Order: sequence, then C-alpha cells, then structure tokens
Amino acid sequence: MNAQKVELAGWGRTAPSAARLVESTAHDLASSWPDLVASPRGVIARGLGRAYGDAAQNGGGTVVRIRPGADPISIDEQAGVATVDAGVSFDELLRTIVPRGWFVPVTPGTRFITVGGAVASDIHGKNHHADRSFGHHVTRFGLLLADGSHVDVTPESDADLWWATIGGMGLTGIITDVTFRLMPIETSRCRVETRRVGCLDDLLAQMEANDADVRYSVAWVDLVATGDRLGRAVLQLGDHAGIADLESADASLLVDPLAFSPKTLLSVPPVPNVMSRPAVRVFNELWYRRAPRHHVGLESITGFFHPLDGIGNWNRFYGASGFLQYQFVVPFDAVDVLRTIVTRLAASGCASAISVLKRFGAASGGLLSFPQPGWTLTFDVPAALAGLAPLLAEFDELVIGAGGRHYLAKDAHTTPDVIRAGYPRLDEWKAIRRRVDPDGFWASDQARRLDLL
Amino acid sequence: MNNALNQPQTIVVLGGGSEIAQAIVRALASPALRVVVLAARAPESVEIDGVADGVVVDRVTFDATDHEGHAALIDALAARHGDLDVVVQAFGQLGTSVGEDPAEAARLIDVNTTGAVSSGLGVAAQLRRQGHGALVVLSSVAGVRTRASNFVYGASKAGQDAFATGLGHALHGSGARVLTVRPGFVRSQMTEGMPEAPFSVDPDDVAAAVAKGLVRRQPVVWVPGLLRFVFGVLRYAPGFVWRKIDR
Repeated sequence: MNAQKVELAGWGRTAPSAARLVESTAHDLASSWPDLVASPRGVIARGLGRAYGDAAQNGGGTVVRIRPGADPISIDEQAGVATVDAGVSFDELLRTIVPRGWFVPVTPGTRFITVGGAVASDIHGKNHHADRSFGHHVTRFGLLLADGSHVDVTPESDADLWWATIGGMGLTGIITDVTFRLMPIETSRCRVETRRVGCLDDLLAQMEANDADVRYSVAWVDLVATGDRLGRAVLQLGDHAGIADLESADASLLVDPLAFSPKTLLSVPPVPNVMSRPAVRVFNELWYRRAPRHHVGLESITGFFHPLDGIGNWNRFYGASGFLQYQFVVPFDAVDVLRTIVTRLAASGCASAISVLKRFGAASGGLLSFPQPGWTLTFDVPAALAGLAPLLAEFDELVIGAGGRHYLAKDAHTTPDVIRAGYPRLDEWKAIRRRVDPDGFWASDQARRLDLL
Repeated sequence: MNNALNQPQTIVVLGGGSEIAQAIVRALASPALRVVVLAARAPESVEIDGVADGVVVDRVTFDATDHEGHAALIDALAARHGDLDVVVQAFGQLGTSVGEDPAEAARLIDVNTTGAVSSGLGVAAQLRRQGHGALVVLSSVAGVRTRASNFVYGASKAGQDAFATGLGHALHGSGARVLTVRPGFVRSQMTEGMPEAPFSVDPDDVAAAVAKGLVRRQPVVWVPGLLRFVFGVLRYAPGFVWRKIDR
C-alpha cells in the first residue's frame, strides 16, 4: 500500500478537494484495513477519475484507487462471461477480448473507465434502448464491506444490496471484481449508417422510427444552431459488422478481422479555455459538414464508440476553471421539455460543443441507476460561463417537473432536493446503505453535497 | 461542499454586520445555499436580505479580540453545520487615531490584525481537516502602501494582508485556499462622511469581484481591477511623490 495526500477533481476539473490517496490491489486492501478504518472522513473508491463531478473525491478523507491484481481478466469462452478485477479499464479489457471475438455488453463514450466504475455508475451506451445498462449484464460481483468482510453478491444472495450497489456510486462498499456476460462479435468493425438531419423535429421523428431496428443509435446535436436549424444533428445507426460485411466492403480487412490497437493521436497541454462561442460555432459547423448527407459504411470500434479517446486530456480545452457535463433524462411524453431546453440553450449564448441525444429503453432496477425510458440529452459547458447558474437551475426545475432526473456520474452542480425528486427510491437506498454501513464509513464529496448519506 | 459553479452550501461571515459581507452573501447565494452564519459582536441586530426562505441563518456572537476563543468557535460551527465552504473575514475598524493615542492604536491592531490572525488560523485548521473550502480575507489597498492620514489602520491591514497571502501559500495542496481582497475606497457606513478617493467602489462591486475570484481560484483580487496596476507603481513611488499624492 502506498499513500499520499493529493488534490483530486473529476473529469470536469471543478471543485477539487484534498484527500489521502491509497493505491492498492483489492487483495492487499484487506491487510491495510485497520489503517483505512482510522480515516477521519471515510473512504471512497476511485477508478480513472472520469466521473465529471465530485463522485470519486473525498475531501479530508481517504480515496482508494484499486489496482488490478496479478491475473485480472479471466474469460469463460463456453459461457460467454468474463470475471474482471474492478480496477481494469475498458481500454485494457477491449484489447484483451476484441481479438478473441468478444465485446463488452455496454460501452460508454470512452474506454478510459474501470469495470468497478461501470457498475457503480450503472453506465449506459448507444445500445441502451436495445440492451439496457451495464448492470443488466452483470451476474455477480465481489464487494468489500464497511466491516472489512469481503462478500460475493448476486441478485439471489442479497437482492437489496445488489440493486443498491448497481448505480450506487461506490457508497455501499468497494467493488473488487465483476462477472458479466460478453457479446460475441465476428469483426472489430461496425457497420454504421450516418445521416445529416436538418432540425430537431425531424431528428426526434427519425430516432423514434428507427431505434427498434438497430442495436446502436445516437445523435450528435448542434446546440449552437438556432432558427430553422435548431437541433440539427448527425444521426448514427449501427451494429457490429459481420465477416460478410467486410467481404463486400474491403476484402483487405479479412486478413485480421478482429484487429484492435487504438492509439492516442495527441495530448492537450494545459491551455486557457478555448471553447468560446465563436470557436464552438465553427467546430460544430465543421462537424456537421464533415458528415455525409447519407452514407452507410464501416467504422472502427474507436471511431464509432470512442472518438474523443484519440485526444488525450481533452478536458483541458476548457481551461483552468473547468467545465460541466449536464445530462438529464425526461420521459418520452415530456418531449416538450427537451424542446424547451434545446431552444433555451441555443438562445442563451452558451458554447456547447457537439452534444449527444439518445433514447433510453427500460431501467435496470438499480435504486440510484440513472437510465429510465425517455430522451436523454448531454451537453458540455464551461464552468465560468456568465449566466450559467440561473440557466442550469431553470433546467433542473424543468427536468424534475417532467418526472426526469440527472446522472450522478455527471452531476457537479445540482442540489439535494433535485436529486431527491429525481430518485423516488432514495430513502429505500439509504436504508439498505445503513444496514451495510451503519457508521457511514463510505463517503464522497458528492454524497455529502447531495445529502446521500 | 462548493459545486462546480463554485456555489457554496455554507457561508460563514465573521463580522456579519458589515455591508460588504452582506453583499458577498447575496452574490454567492444560489439554490445550493443551505446555511449562512452571521458572526458579529451584536448578532441579534444583524439583518440579512437576498437569502431564500429555506436557508438556515445562524447568528452567533463573535468578538474579534477573543483570540483564545476563535478556534473553538469555528469548531462549534463545523460541528453544527458540517463543512464550511466559504468563510469571510469581514470584521475590522477604521479607527480615528492618526497616531497620537498609543492605546487606541494598539486596540485597532488587536482587532484588525491579531483578530484576523487568530480567527484565520482557526478557520485554516478546519478547512485543512475537510480538504476543501475558501477563506476570503477583506484586506485593503491602505495596507499596500500606508498613508500618513491613517497609517495605523494601514499598518493593521498590511499585517492582515501579509498573513492572508502567507496562509494561502501554507495551505497550498491542502484543498483549502485563501482569497485576499484588496478594495480601494468603498462607499459604506464605515466610510460615511469621508472624502471619496479615486477609484471608489460600492459593496456590490467588491462582492462581484469576490465571486469571480472564487470561480477563477485566484489568490488575490483588487477592486476595481485597475488598482493592481496603479499600486504596482505607487508601491515603489519615491516618498516625496507618495506624500504629494496622499493629501
């Protein structure tokens, strides 16, 4: 075990706090338990720090970064399941499983998250409408509890603890390893249909009409465009390509159909905020123009799922005061709220670079899991932007009023009342948490800020 | 815990009756705000506006010269309200002494300087424990270069300012930070009846600069910002020039 005091922030680089950072494998953690218990303000696990806000920081307390153990990834090819150490990144996992013909059941927009974080945030991807969230594909996990015991949890062994931990932001214990179903793939390419869509109403209609027929569906929306072009977008519909798709498109790919070796093209140095309104306007215009009007073709896993991973530290584009990623979901019948927010954002002068719109399918059952059936919109804004605070407060009210909610893995600004309204089963979750952690051993800045404890 | 927009949940004002402090509370108030502590010599008489109904307003007695009691007071506030996100050091006296009354001058230093040090260290210990939070210190340009007309006051602010910037360095890496605020002449009750100096500002101007300084995580803000450059020169102006200007 190795401990040092450091200031930690989320991916948005806002509101840092200082904590004792302990790096350890799950196995070694048991031996340093007495030392952890002595931490004055509790303990929280941290993966790769990709939660945007303060979910994986714990001011004045201890933050544990779980390192993968000696043999971190084991695959049962017969059953199509993997058991993976919680500290393993999706990057490492995909480099191992893709060449062997497997894919993760759910991937977010980056490979730089850990398996433990995927469970704790119950992450979703472009296939949520078809395949639900990551937690839906998990069959068991190991959990280190506040009393120092290490338990195996399944939906059968302890349903309460299971659904309090999936999406539970690490506040029920430290997830040590996870068993989940894999998705078989024939190739490392995706067959992607790309369409430019000129306005929001058209986009909503096309997404509604097509989602049932495709596994992956997502729209990149230009939230700076106004007037007739309000909500113009690039819609992408796709699935994993089969061998036959490679044959017809580019036979040279058949030499190694499962090739996968993504690279970081460049890394951003510390810079002042460059995401000004004019810069973002140009960027969004280019993004829109670059996309073909209508095209079906092959893309790599990186190009389709993780386009921003090619740029290291892209969060530095927002300068020293950082940025927020605002993500909410509203039920399908509250589409007017979605329209209002898109309209208000475009009119506000906020510089939101390419934003993501997606339709969610069924919820997973996690008590604090974010996805529920409806529209989810995600956008980035610089934290120091003038007039941002009242705008986001207004959006919070709209979302809650429509029966929607906010994503804890992204949240960095909202209030206890807004979270309570969005998560009606919060008290149930708190009761389960008190059962397994009566003294409040697990704690994070976010949990304190949002009154989750 | 401050959120990503640097909106605090808990604000403590030492010297809660000060107009500038009240303006700062208004500027930092948001839906995230839950507790405002007004610490003052006579707290029951301190009124506050611009704070939403649901916000808890806690009035506590604070004596800047009770140096032994400051750490305990801060600890009690943290025990009652949890983490202290922003603490504003807003107490202080202008004094009437121009240097003739040694006892009165010493009392001024006791409030403005010694009180700032003892309360500031109490706050710093709590911010260190919680690993985050900001101490906002209302200094003054009067301490940057002292004037013949109020050099005791100037000396007291110089001491407070040097303490605050030094504390900021000492807290580096602890998650806690210090924002030292150097306003010029502020039109307020404290300065009522005094002749206005160039670059005069209102309490709301100071509050806006504080809010911006917190968001940008600056160590020092000048109000108005131009004074940084004005005093960058005046600080080193020869004595005969300074005396000419200071009339």
